Amino acid sequence: MDTSTTITHDEHRDDEASKLGMWLFIFTELLLFAGLFIVYGVYRYENQEAFHSAGKELSVPIGTINTVILLISSATIAMASSAIRFKNKKLTIRLLVVTLLMALIFMVNKYFEWTGKIEHGYLPGTDTLMNMEQGKVLFYGLYFFMTGLHALHIIVGVILITIVVIRVNKNTLSDENPVLLDNAGLYWHLVDLIWIFLFPLFYLIA
Amino acid sequence: MENHTDAHIVPYKMYLYILGGLIMLTLISVAVTEIEFGEFSVLVALVLASIKATLVLIYFMHLKFDNKILQIMVPAIFILVALVIIIVFLDYNYR
Repeated sequence: MDTSTTITHDEHRDDEASKLGMWLFIFTELLLFAGLFIVYGVYRYENQEAFHSAGKELSVPIGTINTVILLISSATIAMASSAIRFKNKKLTIRLLVVTLLMALIFMVNKYFEWTGKIEHGYLPGTDTLMNMEQGKVLFYGLYFFMTGLHALHIIVGVILITIVVIRVNKNTLSDENPVLLDNAGLYWHLVDLIWIFLFPLFYLIA
Repeated sequence: MENHTDAHIVPYKMYLYILGGLIMLTLISVAVTEIEFGEFSVLVALVLASIKATLVLIYFMHLKFDNKILQIMVPAIFILVALVIIIVFLDYNYR
């Protein structure tokens, strides 16, 4: 606190408050997904057999690969936060680009997974799915909604990280003001956190 | 404040160790669900996921090096959310 008096720049900012604001936003996201997890839990409890057999149709290897991909991307963006403080601009950009590439690979995997499921007629609202048993309709409804909402977060994260890369490249984001990079990191870790729970609930418990 | 943040630059190595641990836990959770645990497989999968989430929160999300407000608030909120979920299920189960 006493060091704040030494700041003589004309720019006013409060990094701790920025971070706190990001955390408050993360809490709202947490509540959004917690509600969905409750819906999942109750429907699963009511349709155990159907959820088991439907879960078996999801590919565990693809799910595992996507989990590892997201974990790696989380590590690289966390390392970027260190790299920018070490004033290593080149490494910061490289780490962020790796994060973006990982996100891209995740989305490509997701695309193939989704198209496979849609070909099987599991897309919510289609006649083929509606004629299946109730539990399966619920499972795939939740599967597409929850992984879809998660994928939407990935897209938002990619946009955010791209902005960070551009700003680091233009030197408007450096070790002097790394808070946007830190907050982008926090957001990206949240996306990772949600997937950590989505993965066992949809792919593993079969 | 500048000095304050400079003091907490986390070495790259630590992130790699945590990443290794997280990947290990992922593989363990896949392997464990191959074994039939029956009722417990849900529990085991969720416990492993919670350990992974805790590692991400403490190291990747910097809670270990953050100020006291966040160190208290974040776990409190996560515990609150977990309690909300557990209480809903208790209510649902014994209704």
